[in-house]
Parts: sequence; structure tokens; C-alpha cells
Amino acid sequence: MLNVALPKGRLGEKVYAMFEKAGFPCPAIKENSRKLIFENEEIGIRYFWVKPSDVAIYVEHGAADIGIAGKDILLEYTPDIYELLDLDIGKCRMCVCAKKGFRDNTQKTLKVATKFTNITKNYYAKMGRDIDIIHLNGSIELAPILNLSDVIVDIVETGTTLKENNLEPVETIVPISARLIANKSSFKFKGDKIEKIVSALKMQMEDKND
Amino acid sequence: MISENLRSRELAVFNLRGLYKKYGFLPYKMSKFEEYDLYVKNKDFLVSESIITFTDTDGKLLALKPDVTLSIIKNTKDDFGGVKKVFYDENVYRVSKGTGSYKEIMQAGLECIGDIDDYNIYEVISLAAQSLELLSDDFILDISHLGIVSLVLDSLDLTEVAKRQLLSAISEKNSSRVQEICKNENVSDKDINLLISSYGKPQDVIEKLKNIEVVKDSEALSQLTKITSLLLDSSFDDKIRIDFSVINDMGYYNGFVFRGFINGISSGILSGGQYDALMQKMKHTSRAIGFAVYIDMLPTPSPEYDVDTVLLYDKACDLKTLNEAIKTLTKDGKSVSAQTSLDEKLMYKQLLRLSEKGVLEVENDA
Repeated sequence: MLNVALPKGRLGEKVYAMFEKAGFPCPAIKENSRKLIFENEEIGIRYFWVKPSDVAIYVEHGAADIGIAGKDILLEYTPDIYELLDLDIGKCRMCVCAKKGFRDNTQKTLKVATKFTNITKNYYAKMGRDIDIIHLNGSIELAPILNLSDVIVDIVETGTTLKENNLEPVETIVPISARLIANKSSFKFKGDKIEKIVSALKMQMEDKND
Repeated sequence: MISENLRSRELAVFNLRGLYKKYGFLPYKMSKFEEYDLYVKNKDFLVSESIITFTDTDGKLLALKPDVTLSIIKNTKDDFGGVKKVFYDENVYRVSKGTGSYKEIMQAGLECIGDIDDYNIYEVISLAAQSLELLSDDFILDISHLGIVSLVLDSLDLTEVAKRQLLSAISEKNSSRVQEICKNENVSDKDINLLISSYGKPQDVIEKLKNIEVVKDSEALSQLTKITSLLLDSSFDDKIRIDFSVINDMGYYNGFVFRGFINGISSGILSGGQYDALMQKMKHTSRAIGFAVYIDMLPTPSPEYDVDTVLLYDKACDLKTLNEAIKTLTKDGKSVSAQTSLDEKLMYKQLLRLSEKGVLEVENDA
């Protein structure tokens, strides 16, 4: 039985469709129920929905053999896993954003609000910039407006939320997309099945690009 | 009874000791403390940087051992001739990644220090495989040769930063990241991607590696071929794999590195390799190879029963009769818990009651 952790939400549904097309369907998943686990015993696959930011944890601890996680989560938590495939979906950017017309005053310590503490730390450490990190769990866009911070580091997809709050991206730290990850131990013992999925997904992506 | 405990940690350590002794490895007992200085000098070698320290009565700064290998190297003299073979089972103190707090971790392992030749390397890797075999029937030993990885990386014109990034991408089997880095550095990603995609049975992988120009006729490849072919002549021939995603810090390790996995345990339970570079850093001229088994990762089986028999007695009963009854019940190695009232959560095979007429069976679950 191969355990697959899917991120709850639109991205997860898209990924499931890819798995289904690859020959790993589980019809029960489409019934609108509150169940979290779905199993297709015949082909030996079990899907479950988890919070997107938790996928890497399930995979690292082996509760899931493989999973789909955003590159942002992988950079933030640096789990010890195999990163087998860039699925080229769920694309967005990790950005430094600020109020429109913001000018960085390099004479003082920069105050940065973010959910992604490690990514932020690494990014500014590379530049040698002294910063104060303010860890927030949501509505990060509020921070510069209320002068809680000078800038924020967050994921930007379309930029609409930023625009509506009179903010703009200043700098792109890294592009983000969804990745297929695998537990290192599971890869040793269920490698054949995992590889079958990887190559099937790869083929779908190539077809799409042609 | 024995099968129930077969996978238990104590028995695992007992069996491993027996195995290592069989090959002439001697037990090595250490004190729990080590001078802090030793770890400051070799910080990168440690899995985690945080170390528990305290001041000794004479003002010296000591640490609770986060690692065993460094202490063994420190206490081994150079040029004694031959090879020193030792094994240990010790507790080490490290920060656990999940909770961020200190944890006591049980480790067993062995070190082989001195004039290391190919036989010593084979013997240690074979012992790693045999250790895994003692712990489970379903295991995999991944072997890599850092010499081959270095050859490929050195053949490309790379900056040090890019090299480090590529190593971490190889350890993640992350071919899209390799592609990206190589594109930035303006070099071909062909050979590195071949390294990532070549894993599996030694014979197959070695065939594939012959397609890499700098590796084809290298000493590293012939050494890998020689040692894996010896390993394949064993009871665990189908459990040996070559996999270049096993990457240990190249500042300390060189040559062979390996990692063992057991089905059902989410990360590697055995880790080891050649650490000549660490020896040099510690001003030793001899070479070394060793490995550690993380005994803590072994699952503790939950027993079917806490106790064979629960014997209920009345506080007013005759103590002598009670004592006789228990003596009889424990005679053939069964466990008996004497209780005045029954704990509902206690799991037992047999429930007995001591009455005036003697021992009566109340109910029998078994």
C-alpha cells in the first residue's frame, strides 16, 4: 500500500487528477464527504488530505510515502526527503513586499514580518543585512500598513491582495512551485511504484508542454 | 516469549556485540563526559551544534558526549602498526530536530582505525549489512563512493558555492535543481543527472557509470566494483544497492559512505563511511572507517500481555498460603502479579482468585 499525502484545496485536486490520469484512481475521493482517507485496495494506493504546510512532515516521518508540497514549505522546514519532481503547477513567487514607493533606509535595522522565518533569515544573511523578524501566522499584508514592520516576506501569486492593500513586490527571493517528495526509507522499499508514478507524471507534463 | 522480544533494543545490542566480537572488534567503554574543546574544533562533524556543557570541579569546561567517534579518534595513537578495531554501545546527547530539546540517544557502532586496506573497508561494510540483518529481514544498505562524486564535480568548472548546492541536490535526488544550478554555472548537467538516476543493483549501476568519461577508468570505480562484488557473495546480496544520494560532509568523509534502512522505519538507522579527512584534521596520519546504528529508532513492540497471571487475594488471607500459591505459579517461569483489586487496564492471560479452598480460576482470556 502506497500512502500519498495530498494538500487540501485546489492544488491537491489538480494533483489528484494527474494521479488518476497516471493510472492510480480512487473514485471514492470525488464523493463530497468529510472523510480524510481514501483507499483503492485493488491497485494498492491510499490518499489523504492534509494541511498543505503539513505534507512535508507526514512524508519526513514516513506516515506518507510520497506527497505534494510547495517549494516554500521545503525551503522553510528543510525536511530530510527526496525531491523527485517539479510538477510545474501551483506556481508563485516568494517576495519581499512593501508599501508603494517604499525606500529602504539602510542605516537602520530592517523590520520584516513573515510566516517564513528561515527563508527570510537566509535571504538577508546572504546580503549581510541586519534584520528583526516578526513572526506572523496570517494576514501578513497588515504589518507594513500598521507600521508593525517595514517590509514583509510572503508568497505572491497574482498580486491582487497586495494591490488592494496598496502594497507592491520589491524583490523576488525565489520562484515557487509544487514538488513531488518522497520519504527516503519508503523510496528504498516501494521504489518501483514511486518511480512508476514519477515517470507517468513526467510524461503528462511533457505532453502538456508540447 | 523470545520471539516477542526479538526486536527489543536490549537484545539488539546483545546480538550486535556478539557479531562485532566475532570479527575481533574489542569493546570500548568511555566516560560520559568529554572536554568541550574537542567539539569546538570539529563542530561541523557533529549532527547538531548544541552541546550540553558544564564546569568540572577544577573549572574545566566539559560536555556530555554528543558523539562517540571523535573521542575514539582522540584516544587512539598514530602509527601503532596494524589496524585498531573497536566497538561501542553508548548514549549520546543531542538536540532532537522535532522538539528542539536535548535527548539521550542510544548508539551502537564500530570504528576501524589504522592502515586501512580494501579488506578492512569490505569487512566494515559487510558488518554494517550483517548488523542490519540482525535487526530485520527487510533491509537495504545503500553504498556510495564520494571519490566518484568528486570526480564528476571536479571535472566541471564550478564555484565552491555551486558545488555545495549540487551536493545537496544530489542528496535530494533533485534533478530539476541540478539542471537549474548547472544552467546558472554554464556547465553540462548530463553526468550529475546520470549519478542521480543511477541507483539500484551494483552490477547495473557500475555498467551505467562507465558512460561517464572521468569515471570510466578511475581508481574509485574499480575499488567500488571490487568491494561490491565481494559483498554480493553473501546471504544479503539482494539487499545491497549503490545510491549516490548518500552524501556525508566531504570535509570529513571520503571514499565509501553508506546508509542502512529498515522497512517501516522512516529514516536511515545506520550511517557510516571512511573518514580519513577527519583524521587529518585531528592531526592523525592513519586512516579510518566506521559506522553507527541508531538503536533508538528500533520500534519497541507493545506486549500482548503485561503479565501472565493476576492473582487476586483478600487482605485478610493467610500470607503463607498466598506466598505458597505465588511460588507455585511462578515456578515454570510465568509472571504473576498479586493484587487485592483488579486494574481494568492491566492485560493478563489468566485471572485467579485465592480463596479459602485454594486458588480458583475466575476467568480465562487465553
